[in-house]
Amino acid sequence: MSTYSVSDAAAAPAPRAAVTLSNLSGSYGIGLAASLAWLAFGLSCLYWPDVGDWSRTDSLGIGAIVIAAFVLFGTFGADYLGGPGEALRKRAPWLVALGALFTLWEVATAKFAWLPLPFFPPPQSILEVYTDDLPKLLDSVFASVKLQLGGYIIGATIGFVTGVSIGWSQKAGYWIHPVLRFIGPLPATAWLPIAFFSFPSSWSASTFLIALATGFPVTVLTWSGVASVSSAYYDVARTLGAKPSFLVLKVAIPAALPHVFVGLFMGLGSSFAVLVVAEMIGVKAGLGWYLQWAQGWAAYANMYAALIVMSLLCSGAITLLFRTRDRLLVWQKGVVKW
Amino acid sequence: MVVQSAAEAITYPAVGAELDIEGVSHAFDIDGATLPVLDNVSLAIAPGEFVALLGPSGCGKSTLLRLVAGLERPRAGVLREDETRITGPHPSRVVVFQDPTLFPWRSVWDNVALGLEAQGILKTQRHRVDDAIDLVGLSSFRNAYPHQLSGGMAQRVALARALVNDPKILVLDEPLGKLDSLTRIAMQSEIVALWQRKGFTTLLVTHDVEEALVLANRVIVLSDRPARIKADIAVQRPYPRHRGDPYLAELRKQILGLLGLEATW
Ligand SMILES: Nc1ncnc2c1ncn2[C@@H]1O[C@H](COP(=O)(O)OP(=O)(O)OP(=O)(O)O)[C@@H](O)[C@H]1O
Ligand SMILES: [Mg+2]
Repeated sequence: MSTYSVSDAAAAPAPRAAVTLSNLSGSYGIGLAASLAWLAFGLSCLYWPDVGDWSRTDSLGIGAIVIAAFVLFGTFGADYLGGPGEALRKRAPWLVALGALFTLWEVATAKFAWLPLPFFPPPQSILEVYTDDLPKLLDSVFASVKLQLGGYIIGATIGFVTGVSIGWSQKAGYWIHPVLRFIGPLPATAWLPIAFFSFPSSWSASTFLIALATGFPVTVLTWSGVASVSSAYYDVARTLGAKPSFLVLKVAIPAALPHVFVGLFMGLGSSFAVLVVAEMIGVKAGLGWYLQWAQGWAAYANMYAALIVMSLLCSGAITLLFRTRDRLLVWQKGVVKW
Repeated sequence: MVVQSAAEAITYPAVGAELDIEGVSHAFDIDGATLPVLDNVSLAIAPGEFVALLGPSGCGKSTLLRLVAGLERPRAGVLREDETRITGPHPSRVVVFQDPTLFPWRSVWDNVALGLEAQGILKTQRHRVDDAIDLVGLSSFRNAYPHQLSGGMAQRVALARALVNDPKILVLDEPLGKLDSLTRIAMQSEIVALWQRKGFTTLLVTHDVEEALVLANRVIVLSDRPARIKADIAVQRPYPRHRGDPYLAELRKQILGLLGLEATW
């Protein structure tokens, strides 16, 4: 028989947040390592002299040390910090890796120039871009977002409506399907030269190209979604008194929505590509143009800075789309989490 | 000609409609060949009557129900609801299909509300949806999505979705086919209670002879494909019926014989 009793269990001391050797090697240990990694990064900035002429080295070093201090306090105060403390604890392994990576990067570029210099700028030169070239960068971000958003919304809307009509009406399918088969698979960038000639402005040309790149996958997937809706759903709705408009709006479209979202994701990916190319070639604004401009001046730090911003924006857009999908498709089980 | 001598000689409430199936034949074209499915089926169902259709699998029972629902037009013959020719679906004839076919993107409440929404009367009639959900005992699941329901619960939602429209003719295509025997028996009494209370005309397809005998006023036995009416048997017993009733046992034996299954009895 077990010798445990209820009172034994209740009398056992609750393991409160005490710093012991065992949890030093656990979550506290990783937090401590993260703090040390960032401290190392900070000190590496401040200790050795730079091989080049960069103005933000000291601020970067101090910033890294401040982060190290925050991580340290956050680690040992995690139990009292609630949500943010928990978040920090979860990300601690990543913070160790990032701190180590930054230290290595700093040492290999700014301090000992192990990597050839203009092509591999140190972290402080990228920080310099974000502080000193901010207005131009923000203008570019704004221009890119505006262009992308306009083209994407137009393309997605037209693609959705086209997809629903060919999925629903045979007559629409008869006329649109051949056109779609002929034009759709062509990469949107192939239209670039013609588009820039025939549209009144490079901005409208680029909007058209982005809409085209978005529209094709959205059309095809919406169409296949609508076409694959089980006829049993229509039978149910019809016996309950549904009119054709109800069948389209309340049966076909909701049933096809998971497919539509696949199309929206594909469209987003291909429209990013078109956006960057269009900005590099035709539009004199936006992050693609900024990249091009930075290359012209051999300003490698600016290029990396712009690339980082671009990747954050693209990733943000995908995240937003995932969130929207998760909200609209709560009824599906087992959806992929982004 | 039908309920004349039934012991319960029910005075049906005025809700049910009369259903007249007259010389109906139907066929499908498969790979250029014609597959006859219904062969000159005639059947008159009085308002408020409960009729069960029995027949071998694939003989054309569901096809007959689709014709009654108006989802398809027969190749020959006429179907009438209260003297009016059936030419298309109408919410006065509601079908509970072999599969529950709930809309997975709609919650239980929204699924049940489907008919009223489609007819554009949901705004003023929301209480009917709540009542129908209460009726099938799923009040605590009104916000659940279909993938969160058990098979039996899904069937009950499908039943509520049909009943909320106050149909004159309720068409049931093996609605209890997938349920375990306990839930099945419980649902059978629920269906009888509902039918007695509401008075709609009911046409039930089942492959369970016992179920047909426990529920229906009248059992129609169909032949192999193409389906023809083999027998039309009145079940003259008051409700609630008991499965062990020797009268029903005798009928069961007779029907199994008609279906070619004497040996198993
Ligand atoms: N849409 C269709 N196209 C072609 N053939 C069909 C179609 N629907 C049904 N059939 C055929 O008609 C016959 C009768 O089908 P039905 O669904 O009416 O059978 P059932 O009596 O309901 O069978 P079960 O008891 O198995 O449900 C079957 O042989 C089937 O193959
Ligand atoms: Mg069937």
